[in-house]
Amino acid sequence: MEALGLLLHGFAVLLTWKTLLLMMVGLVLGIFVGVLPGLGGPNGVAILLPLTFTMDPTSAIVMLSCIYWGALFGGAITSILFNIPGEAWSVATTFDGYPMAQQGKAAEALTAAFTSSFIGSLVAVLLITFLAPMISSFALKFGPPEFFAVYLLTFCSFVGLGRDAKHKTVISMSLGLSLAGVGMDTVSGQLRMTFGSADLLRGINFLVAVIGLFGISEILLTMEERLALRGHAAGISLRVVLSVWKDLPKYWVTLVRSSFIGCWLGITPGGAIAASFMGYNLAKRFSKDQASFGKGRIEGVFAPETAAHASGTSALLPMLALGIPGSGTAAILLGGLMVWGLNPGPLLFVEHKDFVWGLIASMYLGNVVGLVLVLTTVPIFASILRVPFAAVAPMIVVSCAIGAYAIQNAMFDIWLMLGFGVVGYVFKKIGIPLAPFTLALVLGNRAEDAFRLSMIGSGGDMKVFWSNGLVGSITTLAIILLFWPLIDRAFAGVSRLLRPAKA
Amino acid sequence: MTAVQGFCGFSKPNKEIGKKLVGQILRATATVAALLINAPAFAAWEPTKPVEIVVAAGAGGASDQMARMMQAAIQKNNLMKQPMVVSLKGGASGAEALMYMKSSEGDPNKVLIAYSLIYMLPLSAKIPFNWRDLTPVSVIALDQFVLWDNASGPKSVKDFIAAAKAASAPFKMGGTGSKREDHVLTVFMEQKTGAKFSYLPYKSGGEAATQLVGGHTESNVNNPSENLEVWRAGQVRALCVFDKERIAYKTKVTETQSWNDIPTCKEEGLDMQYLMLRAMFLPGKVTAEQQAFYADLFQKVTQTAEYKDYMEKQALKPIFLTGKDMIQFLEDDDKLNATLMNEAGFVAK
Repeated sequence: MEALGLLLHGFAVLLTWKTLLLMMVGLVLGIFVGVLPGLGGPNGVAILLPLTFTMDPTSAIVMLSCIYWGALFGGAITSILFNIPGEAWSVATTFDGYPMAQQGKAAEALTAAFTSSFIGSLVAVLLITFLAPMISSFALKFGPPEFFAVYLLTFCSFVGLGRDAKHKTVISMSLGLSLAGVGMDTVSGQLRMTFGSADLLRGINFLVAVIGLFGISEILLTMEERLALRGHAAGISLRVVLSVWKDLPKYWVTLVRSSFIGCWLGITPGGAIAASFMGYNLAKRFSKDQASFGKGRIEGVFAPETAAHASGTSALLPMLALGIPGSGTAAILLGGLMVWGLNPGPLLFVEHKDFVWGLIASMYLGNVVGLVLVLTTVPIFASILRVPFAAVAPMIVVSCAIGAYAIQNAMFDIWLMLGFGVVGYVFKKIGIPLAPFTLALVLGNRAEDAFRLSMIGSGGDMKVFWSNGLVGSITTLAIILLFWPLIDRAFAGVSRLLRPAKA
Repeated sequence: MTAVQGFCGFSKPNKEIGKKLVGQILRATATVAALLINAPAFAAWEPTKPVEIVVAAGAGGASDQMARMMQAAIQKNNLMKQPMVVSLKGGASGAEALMYMKSSEGDPNKVLIAYSLIYMLPLSAKIPFNWRDLTPVSVIALDQFVLWDNASGPKSVKDFIAAAKAASAPFKMGGTGSKREDHVLTVFMEQKTGAKFSYLPYKSGGEAATQLVGGHTESNVNNPSENLEVWRAGQVRALCVFDKERIAYKTKVTETQSWNDIPTCKEEGLDMQYLMLRAMFLPGKVTAEQQAFYADLFQKVTQTAEYKDYMEKQALKPIFLTGKDMIQFLEDDDKLNATLMNEAGFVAK
């Protein structure tokens, strides 16, 4: 119970007017940053980092981490209202969130997204509070084969559990994997598929692709079909919020499952993106009514949001305890810590107790304050839907372009974004799912590196993926999930054969 | 010395302009006049926009940390009126930053914080870049390399080499990037000792450090800063430092050891040395005044408490070279690195 005492001490450090004010400022800035596609958490934190140099470390990190929480909440808003994921991990939220908004249930979807973000983060913070020392040693067990197994699991669960035609998922994923190969290959140190272009050197940025594939293509589709955003701002009131909350206990299994996936993938730097997709797919898999997913089911919002936020929050743990950032934003925060003379590593928890527990306490407070703040502003965000499409569309395109440009300050990325917009439009027309493509684009590189490092280490022996209990069970699980539809059918067949025998 | 070079740089455009139209001659004369008026105060130029400090590596790496230290040192001591922003361009193993600097010709609001990649990347990946296209400002530090193993591994260089030779599968050496400093050192260790290593290129020094702690690799040749925290936590052991002399800092860093307590590799019977520059460059074709402004700025940075603290904490070798001395240093260093890369067989054909 030492943790509890330290946590209370942390709260004591925080509960001053100045800190609470900084917290509010950070959250509002963060939500703003999260709403603009592309200009997500990492960029927001990076831009505002120098502001905090003159503050003391605790105030500074509280403000920065609140920008982070704000961005996490804000990312869901555009996903649901416009089908444009503000953050990479909000992609899975669009699957059911956007259909809900189209059916006039935007307020419910937003409430569901914010509430589940809160629950996910809360579970992760509780985990950090009580399990910090044990978990950092768990993360150390992950070498290249283990990392590859986790990525493989994500890919396989997509093929095996996804709702789309298998061959289309595989086509989409393969295209994503090949585009992920553009740029410098870290294992051989050679350039691939750059064709002598300096712009292609850095590879194809995932966020640029996401903004184009989802945002621009959605605008194109809307233009073609009818000149209106197909959503209506519903009557929003405390009643909506309460009714969503009342239904919450019904979905406890989904919430617990997603929190677990999120925490696991956050700690082993698998990332929030993989977590959100996995959370969504598993929720669908275990649902009794699978066909209703993707058509505006509230559970389809709960599952990815909870997982993404559990993962986003728990990603801070390996950063503090090991100095490995689990996400892009965590990496910028890491840079900040070093400026204030705090070196993340195993000794941070021993040498800078005030700071660490102040930060953990700020996670609790920041989330509570953040939830209240976003819920009270839901009506404002949802009312955007009432603005005529002709007025909103140019603004969306401009903000997409700014977002794409801001990621690497490169004009080339805007052209790339437009190109992906057309690709996304064509894919939607011919029914190729976009999600496997984006997943492969973001994880492809890491999966490839992990695989090749495993091969170098083992001298080319595939047995390395079954060399210990941890990696062996993840790999086996991945293969089972890949062939799940077949296994499922086999089981059904066997039980059908057995039933008459018993009767 | 900076002034002389700058002057030469200026006379050339003037001659070219002189050959063209009368209007341009007039304008050129005006420029010369302006130059003459400004001549007495060379450091008169000042950035008018926020200055971008370009990092050729990912977030949290050694270059990034150094850039943030300078950003803080400049801001806290009011060394410059304009703010400084750190811009991470670590794509393509840092090639992104090099190409970005090359394409920013004439823009005095961008400074690159460079390391040995400026020599190695053009050789290994055939990137169309040459550091001579940029404007060297100053060398601000030299970084060390240390041979590390897991705290539960062999206790001395001799035992380590013996264990590596005796092992059934080659020892795994973690490092950052392929065909770069860490990889070159690994190849030379193989050549010097006859032991075999399989080299695992990770994305960052931090990752190489944790993989060593987790027992997924047997050793790495990280810079001191990259392994500092795990060393202090007693999870890794410093076997030897790749330099002619020991690191100067004598304050205790771990419970029992200071940086100075690490023997040199030569003392331990492994005669290898390698130091890596940390230097500042402006894009090509900037004026002498602009170059002088930054040389002066970074000299002031090296006198701040933040810089001195940082040098000691990260076990960097303080050094300050500018002008002709720096060019000489770069030429020598370039030759050395090219030789190493050639001998290791890392030069792309």
